[in-house]
Amino acid sequence: MRKIYIILLLCLLCAAAIFTTRYFFRSASGAAASGKISYNFQVRPILSDKCFNCHGPDANKREAGLRLDIEAEAYKALKENPQAHAIVPGDPEKSEVFLRISSTDSSQRMPPPSSNLPPLTEAEIAIIKKWIEQGGKYEKHWAFVPPVKSPAPEVEHTDWPANEIDFFVLQKMEQHGLAPNEEADKERLLRRISLDLTGLPPTPEEIDAFVKNTAPDAYEKKIDELLSRSAYGERMAIPWLDVARYADSHGYQDDNYRTQWPWRDWVIHAFNENMPYDKFVTWQLAGDLLPDATKEQLLATGFNRNHKITEEGGVIDEEYRVEYVVDRTNTLGTAFLGMTIECAKCHDHKYDPVSQKDFFQLSAFFNSIKEVGLESTVGGPETFAKNPRMDITKEDLEGVLNFMNKTDTHNLQVSIMKDMDTVRKTYILSRGNYDQHAEEVTAGTPAAIMSYPDSLPKNRLGLSKWLFHPQNPLTARVYVNRVWQEIFGRGIVKSSGDFGMQGELPSNPELLDWLAVDFRENGWNIKRLVKQICMSATYRQSSVISPEKLKADPENIYLSYSPRIRMNAEMVRDLVLSSSGLLRPIIGGPSVKPYQPPGLWELATSGRGLLANYRQDHGDKLYRRGMYTFIKRTVPPPSMMIFDASNRDLCEVKRSRTNTPLQALIMMNDPTVLESSIALADLLVAGKQQTNASITSAFMRIINRRPDQQELDILLQYWKEQDDYFKAHPETVEDVVTEVGEYKLKSPPSADLAAMTRTIQVIYNMDEAITKT
Amino acid sequence: MENELLQHGLNISRRKFLSRLSIGLGSVALGSLLVPDLFSGAAEEEAGFMPGIPHFAPKAKRVIYLFQNGAPSQLETFDYKPVLNKMMGQDLPESIRNGQRLTGMTSGQKSFPLVGSYYKFNQHGESGTWVSEIFPHMSKIVDDLCIIRSMHTEAINHDPALTFFQTGAQQGNRPSMGSWVSYGLGTENKNLPAFCVLLSRGKGNGQGVYSKLWSNGFLDSIHQGVQFSSGENPILYLQDPAGMDRAARRKMLDKVAELNDIQLKHFGDPEIAAKIQQYEMAYRMQTAVPEIMDVSNESDDIVKLYGSECLVPGTFAANCLLARKLSENGVRFIQLYHQGWDQHGNLPNEMRGQAKDVDQPSAALITDLKQRGLLDETLVIWGGEFGRTNYCQGKFAEDNYGRDHHPRCFTIWMAGGGIKPGMVYGETDEFGYNIVKNPVHVNDFHATILNQLGFDHERLTYRFQGRRYRLTDVAGHVVRDILT
Repeated sequence: MRKIYIILLLCLLCAAAIFTTRYFFRSASGAAASGKISYNFQVRPILSDKCFNCHGPDANKREAGLRLDIEAEAYKALKENPQAHAIVPGDPEKSEVFLRISSTDSSQRMPPPSSNLPPLTEAEIAIIKKWIEQGGKYEKHWAFVPPVKSPAPEVEHTDWPANEIDFFVLQKMEQHGLAPNEEADKERLLRRISLDLTGLPPTPEEIDAFVKNTAPDAYEKKIDELLSRSAYGERMAIPWLDVARYADSHGYQDDNYRTQWPWRDWVIHAFNENMPYDKFVTWQLAGDLLPDATKEQLLATGFNRNHKITEEGGVIDEEYRVEYVVDRTNTLGTAFLGMTIECAKCHDHKYDPVSQKDFFQLSAFFNSIKEVGLESTVGGPETFAKNPRMDITKEDLEGVLNFMNKTDTHNLQVSIMKDMDTVRKTYILSRGNYDQHAEEVTAGTPAAIMSYPDSLPKNRLGLSKWLFHPQNPLTARVYVNRVWQEIFGRGIVKSSGDFGMQGELPSNPELLDWLAVDFRENGWNIKRLVKQICMSATYRQSSVISPEKLKADPENIYLSYSPRIRMNAEMVRDLVLSSSGLLRPIIGGPSVKPYQPPGLWELATSGRGLLANYRQDHGDKLYRRGMYTFIKRTVPPPSMMIFDASNRDLCEVKRSRTNTPLQALIMMNDPTVLESSIALADLLVAGKQQTNASITSAFMRIINRRPDQQELDILLQYWKEQDDYFKAHPETVEDVVTEVGEYKLKSPPSADLAAMTRTIQVIYNMDEAITKT
Repeated sequence: MENELLQHGLNISRRKFLSRLSIGLGSVALGSLLVPDLFSGAAEEEAGFMPGIPHFAPKAKRVIYLFQNGAPSQLETFDYKPVLNKMMGQDLPESIRNGQRLTGMTSGQKSFPLVGSYYKFNQHGESGTWVSEIFPHMSKIVDDLCIIRSMHTEAINHDPALTFFQTGAQQGNRPSMGSWVSYGLGTENKNLPAFCVLLSRGKGNGQGVYSKLWSNGFLDSIHQGVQFSSGENPILYLQDPAGMDRAARRKMLDKVAELNDIQLKHFGDPEIAAKIQQYEMAYRMQTAVPEIMDVSNESDDIVKLYGSECLVPGTFAANCLLARKLSENGVRFIQLYHQGWDQHGNLPNEMRGQAKDVDQPSAALITDLKQRGLLDETLVIWGGEFGRTNYCQGKFAEDNYGRDHHPRCFTIWMAGGGIKPGMVYGETDEFGYNIVKNPVHVNDFHATILNQLGFDHERLTYRFQGRRYRLTDVAGHVVRDILT
């Protein structure tokens, strides 16, 4: 009993300590209330979070006629009390904002209890007070001001930076009393760039060659070589497929088959060709509107036909047609603008200057597609792509679409964009309801981001030009941030899908802007951007986390060490197949159905359509890269979902990254892992090396470095125990080495083979195996 | 209690927890023993509440939701409308329909002939509640049920209606109700997931279910519903490969832990410590889950109660029995889906068989929970995603008709967990077309469930992409009239 009390007490102390530290950390990160207060970085986050819900851009929810998001409005006499003002520059004691947030009278205090918002903290109140004292000046939201390249900042350790990125990063480190880590060892560095640039691990031969190569440009040469591999395009395509909500089924209840994979092949091709980002996006948004559009340009527009399409008989056609238009509009917001504009579908945005009218003006760009809500219910090949669509012919495959991997002779159609001859009228839809037309609107963009130039045509092509206009403040920032996120696991703006006022502030605004402008100035060159990041000293640091750094910067915001990141779902699969030699590195083509636990599709289906039953593939198709695994939207592949892959329902710009027991179970028992262990053991046993050489070889294939002595000892000892066991129980050997998948053993089952299989399973289950380190 | 208190304090990421307290990594083991899911995933920096601690004293600790997928007709089950039998074949008066929207399946129909239930209704229990003859077992437990005849929803098609019921939104990737509950209450059993999903299918016309219905949405994936299936692998990838016994698995995981520990010492990354813990939980689940799935120890009385089908894995009966066992073992939210209720045609022939599969096990679950003293703390819900029209879809005959989707009124029932027993709530007009008293919207339904679990639905929030989301979006009122 007493023990419990002690534990309880400890717990309470812990809890208290956490809250105190947390509180301290927060106020410290706000640079306390000392010095010059920044409206954008210190004041607006507080106002936005605690006040704008009722005193912000949404006219319908505005209380007391007061809005605090606009300077002139906040300075005005209050409607309900004309003697008073919300903000009186220089005088907090006369400013109602300060008086109300700091009031101890709960009937007076803002935000009111009915809002369910927590009251402002002491530190937040101090910031508001100081800001008003300093004049209460407003600034335009940082993300709506076009980025400007500032010169690389002064740093103390001038010998560290390898390129411009490092000056910006080092400055932040030094400001926070941190110093960079040393460079990672060569083996780990090679694994890192191989995974980041191709999604595949290096081979033992590559590792040896790279470690031996002492030329000063060895690292850069290796990066260039990796960038030139076609696996690069596959690697870069994966996050883009999330953005584009690409899948192999239509979604909704029957969720039958669709043939949109040629579009996916095009994305891989475009990345491999290093198509500039502006062209890449323009083709996808408006390829059909380009003069004399080629079939490749038409195929690219499949981007906006990847959304879910209903095949449920009996739906109301217009309801779904509108749904598709809304999906494209939301996707534009999330993918290119980093704005949560979907909030403005039903009402004016509560935090950002995007009105409901803005939303429907944007939607007007996508409202004239020659499409219907329900084109067909579950059926044969004529339903696999919906109108507008195009045929892919033999001539196309030999000509303009020769990057496509189509080996059969079946007819193939793919959904693309095509406008009607006349413009469909667009209305504001009251509360977002498809049948409640309000004011008619025409195509346009939110003025707060950037007004739509009169010189541009009011169609999707014009919209693309608007996105890539030098004055557009968001497009370049949003993309460089996502590339950064892909490599470092966390964007410079952590909320990579929300650059608005409720989004996170950039951890390094100057760096973000420098990268954005540099990207634009250099022809939106994606390979150049990726290489630039990988060449930086920031990227090349080791990922050792000292206790001091863990304490000072637990989220690694300032990048004083390289982050350790659990690989994404596709990479986990690719690593397993690649290290065992089972991987079939075929690019593109129809998606494949590898091993999957039985019954999943069957249990969830309506019983209609081609996808009612999971018909597992055989042969090569069992060993393709993860990105080619068939995605049936309503039952996405479980081994991918458990590793946080997207279900491709909607545009997604950031996957979560969790660590769960179900992931452990996959690495322990997924047939792909088990089969790979057997295949690799078979390969090594056939090689007739010494056991420790075989184990070292397996380790190098999976972990991509030599094991140290301690690791090798553990594995050898384990192997020995297993070998003894299987020698004593030869009847169990077959179970271990022949029961999984289609793999055919090259050597006869033996104790050695079984012991090696188990040993390899241990290596696959190491944290480092599926972690980018 | 200490568990809850620690949870209270640990609503921050592991990394921060470890670093800010500056405790050594040796203490990790201690922490994980005290709080089973300390390492289960990074919590959001700022939650609108403290996970594991409800806003007020809960009436229900757990939920079992028997979802009747496809939408069973209220008019053949719980909402008795003799007028429809009297007016059989006559057209639905326009004054009743009042221009309401129809689905694309019946909007082209020239007439809307009213159709009364093919099945007979009788009054049951002390409450004298009307129930159709196709539910003889449920009829016997009406005094334990609160039958809500005034449910209504906004969606008219299966996918959006189902998604709305499960996630509070018709479109999009919002967290499922069970995920919200897992997020709010955490787990009661460190060897089992907090949110489990069981699927089955009846004989009637079916509509698919989708894994997004039990998706964690923007919540941490530890809150995702874990699908249990019949057969050797009740949880995906749970079963060890051939030749691997418990001792061999233990030995292998010990080696993995040893190797991971070397990396932990080298890199100092708390995620590695978390990974070691996840492997331990996986190992424990491998024992705990098959134990739960094993029904061989259930007494003959229990098998008789649920019906012999409960011994056939994958049936609704087996899933009801399993739901009781999971719930008894502390699983917070058990979601069953039973397909086959979409009777657009051939209703009189199809519905009886469909009903037979669910009637006895549904009633048995209530009886079983009650006899174990668990009904008070377990909220059981039974119902579909919308109702059916009072007029015939397709060709009309008194003994062969169909009913289209009808979102304007339908019936569900709830039992236990602080809900008034033996009660009928809400009322529809004599045609069974519109609600005339005490409407209950899906948002209200969600608000009420969260209330029973101890949460103010307006305060159980999660901040994502700059907005605080909740299950009830911007609406919902707790239906206080049905609470004990």
